[in-house]
Amino acid sequence: MAEGKKKKRLARVDRDLCASCGCCRKVCPREAISIYKGLYALVDEALCIGCKKCAKECPASIIEIQEVDR
Amino acid sequence: MKQQKKWYDYLWIVSLVYLTLGFLNILFAWLGLIFFCTPLIIALVTGNKGYCHRYCDRGQLLALLGGRFGLSRKRDMPRWMVSKAFRYGFLVFFLAMFLLMLWNTGLVFAGARDLQEVVTILWTFQVPWHWAYHGTLFSEGVAQFAFGFYSVMLTSTILGLVTMVLFKPRSWCVYCPMGTMTTLICKVKAKECV
Ligand code: SF4
Ligand code: SF4
Ligand code: SF4
Repeated sequence: MAEGKKKKRLARVDRDLCASCGCCRKVCPREAISIYKGLYALVDEALCIGCKKCAKECPASIIEIQEVDR
Repeated sequence: MKQQKKWYDYLWIVSLVYLTLGFLNILFAWLGLIFFCTPLIIALVTGNKGYCHRYCDRGQLLALLGGRFGLSRKRDMPRWMVSKAFRYGFLVFFLAMFLLMLWNTGLVFAGARDLQEVVTILWTFQVPWHWAYHGTLFSEGVAQFAFGFYSVMLTSTILGLVTMVLFKPRSWCVYCPMGTMTTLICKVKAKECV
């Protein structure tokens, strides 16, 4: 594990507007996304590498890539 | 990572076959009930949207045409179209139009209305479709339902294609009445489990 503060990019889903269509899940190269109980896209933060593929694919455009400390 | 293609990744073909069959003989439109019941049953039984995620031919067709074939501008949808108000509003409108279609079918069954051999696109434009009607063994109402159901399927396909071109490939999935209904079922089921 790298020490100190490192920025990591993560996909963040606006759960309220999510249509749970699964388009994001289909394109994620890390299989980091699951659709929680058919309600919204849930990103596994341990797997996500912030590649933005899901954000581009999402028809509702409600996924943002955020930088977070880790 | 390239995922292995499964048999159900080719279901987009079903969309094309369905629309073609209805063009040849409208009674095939009845098969559309499969697309109507399967997603609801999957949602009711499993409490997830497995239909949208795996089997939906419509979603796959839009992803293919808009994605691989590049027939989409890939722009963001306007925010009002993504809003829940629009999603639910469209569902209500869609169901109301569906009930109206059933009502008209009922009138034909009852003999109170003549069979109309037309396909109505976007709930407005009546397109002659008489070549696809070769008579029916049963009541003419059977054919009326077929014309009505095919109209629903064709209309939603057209809307799906238009928003695919204008916005993202699967924009239709944001306001798809079936998708909204299965989400609502999942919501209820999720509450039950708590
Ligand atoms: S693609 Fe967008 S709307 Fe669809 S499940 Fe993923 S986050 Fe939700
Ligand atoms: S940003 Fe990339 S890795 Fe992260 S969830 Fe989206 S597609 Fe998957
Ligand atoms: S939202 Fe509608 S069109 Fe999209 S995958 Fe689900 S059922 Fe199919």
